[in-house]
Amino acid sequence: MTLRIEIDDLAKHFGAIKAVDGVSFSVSKGEVLGFLGPNGAGKSTTMKMITGFLAPTRGTVRVCGYDVLTDPISVKAHLGYLPEGAPAYADMTPDSFLHFIAEIRGLKGADKKRAVGLAAERARITNVMFQPIETLSKGYKRRVGLAQSILHNPPVLILDEPTDGLDPNQKHEVRTLINEMAEDKAIIISTHILEEVHALCNRNVVIANGKIKFDGTPQELESKSRYYNAVCVNVANIEQQAFENFLSSLEFVANVEKLSGDAGFRVYPQQGRQITAELSEKIRGNGWDIDALHAENGRLDEVFRSITLPNAESSK
Amino acid sequence: MNMQNIWFIMKREFNGYFATPVAYVFIIIFLLLTGFSTFYVGNFFERGEADLYPFFSLHPWLYILLIPAISMRLWAEERKSGSIELLMTLPVSVFEAVLGKVLASWAFTGLALLLNFPLWITVNYLGNPDNGVIFASFLGSLLMAGGFLAIGSCISAITKNQVIAFVISLVISLIFVLAGFGIVIDFFAGWAPQTLVDVISSFSFLTHFDAISKGVIDLRDMLYFISLIAIWLFANALIVNARKAD
Repeated sequence: MTLRIEIDDLAKHFGAIKAVDGVSFSVSKGEVLGFLGPNGAGKSTTMKMITGFLAPTRGTVRVCGYDVLTDPISVKAHLGYLPEGAPAYADMTPDSFLHFIAEIRGLKGADKKRAVGLAAERARITNVMFQPIETLSKGYKRRVGLAQSILHNPPVLILDEPTDGLDPNQKHEVRTLINEMAEDKAIIISTHILEEVHALCNRNVVIANGKIKFDGTPQELESKSRYYNAVCVNVANIEQQAFENFLSSLEFVANVEKLSGDAGFRVYPQQGRQITAELSEKIRGNGWDIDALHAENGRLDEVFRSITLPNAESSK
Repeated sequence: MNMQNIWFIMKREFNGYFATPVAYVFIIIFLLLTGFSTFYVGNFFERGEADLYPFFSLHPWLYILLIPAISMRLWAEERKSGSIELLMTLPVSVFEAVLGKVLASWAFTGLALLLNFPLWITVNYLGNPDNGVIFASFLGSLLMAGGFLAIGSCISAITKNQVIAFVISLVISLIFVLAGFGIVIDFFAGWAPQTLVDVISSFSFLTHFDAISKGVIDLRDMLYFISLIAIWLFANALIVNARKAD
């Protein structure tokens, strides 16, 4: 594993406001790090510091071994960045815009032409190359920004909300593109769209109020949910109260919750154990017919809430 | 300092002027105003001399109004649209970006100035002017335009609003021109020490451009404009650095 991004004790204070307050993590080649957090948590500020746009109040950022404070040009040369909202020069066409980026990135002649063509193809904007960017739809603008960020095939990619405002098809295309590139790059993606945790990332960092609240795999993030490995079960033709008492009495069950309607019960396991098999065996052992039985995944929105709002009730 | 980066930024910015009708509108108005001022204010024909002094001598006043219109977009627009975040995360330094942009606006001004060539043809048709003087005046005027542009570019970096950039640049340009004007000198001469009066008048564009408009290129006048440009562009880079993320 090659470390591509190393962030140590990074902080940015705006007056009394600590937008980012002591963030440390690193990203290796092959990792797609999903940077999660509510709006205003410090995601964009952190990304702006990594890309050298904002000077940190404290701490260090190294990209491919170059320090962003002492050698910002080398850092910028090694990364591709899609800023929030994908800003571009609105009166240019994607073609002239990408050629400008390619020139600044030091590409010349045939290399330049090839890089622009490939980036346009990968971002799927070949059909709008000669329309002014200001006349393009939001989805196309976003993809022009994406094309710009991947044009020079950078080892590090920083994408600030790359799928924000896209329709489901466009989201799918952008995710496919990112997955294609994931293998040989280190990628940081900020998002507050939780479905992207599974669709895109192999690691997650959750940030709130400028501090890191979680750093781990998507599975680890899910396992923090109280629904993780909970089992929903329904048995037909049975007296509900007796069944609930039976479920509560099982030694591997921590808690039982009645579902609304006559949908049965949700059974919470002791210490996040997998209890589906055991439970089904016990129920059958009593001679009851199981109508429905399924294990739940963790619920990311609930985990997200409980991590980023420490005082909020997690049961909603 | 990477010269190629400056060139790429300049090229993009220069083409940017022509992406909208603004460039054409500007050039037409510039030509109308130079024509008007040369013939009606400068009395080009009545003077009975084969030179372009009436044309050049009024340039400071034209530039006060027109140069801020060229420079106002340089940074204000980048900041407003957010593209400054893109530009400043590309592998270019702030100085390269500042220079590239101001050179683009300078080239554009030079183009507008060159399009006054019918005047030059006219004066050569009517008489035998000293074309060396005309050429020197042209370069001098361009140099002074650079001073106005450096002020305008710097002011453009302090705001996201192009109208504000225009108005403030106009006022500062006016101050720099008026500093050598009789009324201002008289105002200070009444009470301020002579040294201060000299300093104020020596800061004026008028004082330094007067000789140039007659075709006399004095090294001190050149140095004045060059150092003025350098100082304003340096301030420009500092402001961009400090305020780019606001």
